[in-house]
Amino acid sequence: MLSRLGLPLFLLLLAALASLLLALGIGSAQIAPGQIWAIVLNDLGLNNLAFNNLGPGEIAQGEGDALARIMVVELRLPRALSAFAVGGLLAVAGALMQVLLRNPLADPYVLGLSGGASIGALAAMLGGFGGLAISGSAFSGALFSTFLVFGLAHGSGGWTPSRLLLTGVVVAAGWGAVITLMLALSPAERLPGMLYWLMGDLSYSRTPWPPLLLLLAICVVLVPLGRSLNVLARGPQQAAALGVAVKPLEWCIYIAASLLTAAAVTTAGSIGFVGLVVPHMLRLLLGNDQRLILPACALAGGTLLVLADTLARTMVAPEQLPVGVITALLGVPTFLFLLYRSR
Amino acid sequence: MSVLSTHNLIIDVPGRESGTPLNITIEPGQRWGVLGPNGAGKTTLLHTLAGLHAPRSGEVKLSGQSLSQLRRRYVAQRLGLVFQDRQDGFPATVLETALIGRHPYLSPWQMEGADDYTRAEAALERLDVSHLRDRLVSTLSGGERQRVAIATVMTQAPAVWLADEPTNHLDLHHQSAVMALMAEQAAEGQAVVMCLHDLNLAARWCDHILLLYPSGEACWGPRDSMLVPSALERLYRQQLTVVEVDGASVFVPKVGK
Repeated sequence: MLSRLGLPLFLLLLAALASLLLALGIGSAQIAPGQIWAIVLNDLGLNNLAFNNLGPGEIAQGEGDALARIMVVELRLPRALSAFAVGGLLAVAGALMQVLLRNPLADPYVLGLSGGASIGALAAMLGGFGGLAISGSAFSGALFSTFLVFGLAHGSGGWTPSRLLLTGVVVAAGWGAVITLMLALSPAERLPGMLYWLMGDLSYSRTPWPPLLLLLAICVVLVPLGRSLNVLARGPQQAAALGVAVKPLEWCIYIAASLLTAAAVTTAGSIGFVGLVVPHMLRLLLGNDQRLILPACALAGGTLLVLADTLARTMVAPEQLPVGVITALLGVPTFLFLLYRSR
Repeated sequence: MSVLSTHNLIIDVPGRESGTPLNITIEPGQRWGVLGPNGAGKTTLLHTLAGLHAPRSGEVKLSGQSLSQLRRRYVAQRLGLVFQDRQDGFPATVLETALIGRHPYLSPWQMEGADDYTRAEAALERLDVSHLRDRLVSTLSGGERQRVAIATVMTQAPAVWLADEPTNHLDLHHQSAVMALMAEQAAEGQAVVMCLHDLNLAARWCDHILLLYPSGEACWGPRDSMLVPSALERLYRQQLTVVEVDGASVFVPKVGK
């Protein structure tokens, strides 16, 4: 039983580490894996261990080493970790939304959350604010949209998945119109930044730790809920008959998925397809046990986004592409291929 | 001591008068058949007994404790429900589907153990679907799915079976096999409540009958006092002929009436 869950997760973990190593090594200056290892260990205060692992020639590199250190530790590592965290958050949020709405086509943005976040971020950019203000404004927009959709779908009675979905889609369409309006009215010099944000762009991200910690925390919280989620995926009545407190669990999923998505969008703008494609691919490969799928989503989503971001900043270097373009370009054909094969 | 009882229970069927308050006492080992025409509220009654549907008034007690006060997990260890229709949101195999019957017994951190697998596999075997264990439920026929659903409740091993048309979609052989399983469960001390459309299955396999009229009226009691042609004709608004076969009454609708 443990090996059934353990082996795929172990392989995904290896893939995740490999992708991070790749992201640290590739760029305008190539850095060898051995050197990355030394730098990372050195930075963690494990000098002795690092030097023992390396030959004598590699220690005395002087200034080149310091430059590589800055490049790895201060530029590439935070960005790669941010990409990992955002990809993981989006994939887990997507998997949760799919269970909540019992619809495999749901993604984290289906309830209009990214639209709300986008309007928050664009408004901050239009106002000439930068950095933290954009993130804060995006986060508020995401939460506002979440509560709006939930309040409207809840109405006077209870909410059902189809009602929630429909409300979300319509609210998202509304946000889409407002976004287009804002873009049309924006001064031309602000447009590129806004468009990059809308496509998802990791160059805005600063410290990777909040989303990473959130990802870790949510994975720990979700493990004991996994089997209940499996039962919920069979439908609310069946779940209730098997002892699941359906409404509290659904609230829990809704809040968790919204929080994860809001954190992801705040860090990197609205990156599409990760939340839809990753859970779906993993389901086709690993079956539908949420206890396996959710941590696998965290690892695979992270890996995918790290690789996509590495491509985005190297393909047409020194220019950078918005990473959302890459995820969509990679995600669409992969998804269609898997779907075609599965029939 | 009764395992399931209703106290002045009025089920909540939208747009209907309240009708007869139900005061039913179900003992371990009893086999109850719920009969009534379409829309009489049989499924609503079953869901109300399971605590999935709030009653308009009155209450349901499980082993003397009010159902609405009990935790869902505890209720699920005592009450199993075979649904009439099933939603297949996500693909799942037959074995996985049977295994979710163990959900009420496992703590959040626990994985299914060998014992849970043994129970699920025994239930699949009993329902004659063990050869399908690795198939996706969505690829099965209606009757096979019905048997998987019953196997799930068997894996759940409840003290009270609430079965909504358990013979739905089943061929003649499997209808008898499922009713025999229900009788076997009752003989082991479980209580069984079934909604049925087939009068003759009810006559053959149930010892207590509840008649549910579309108006909300109801009457209940031992089988022989309930399966009276005049009452059944009023229930279904259908004239019946009663014939004796092997010493048992068989109800046949009269043609053209």
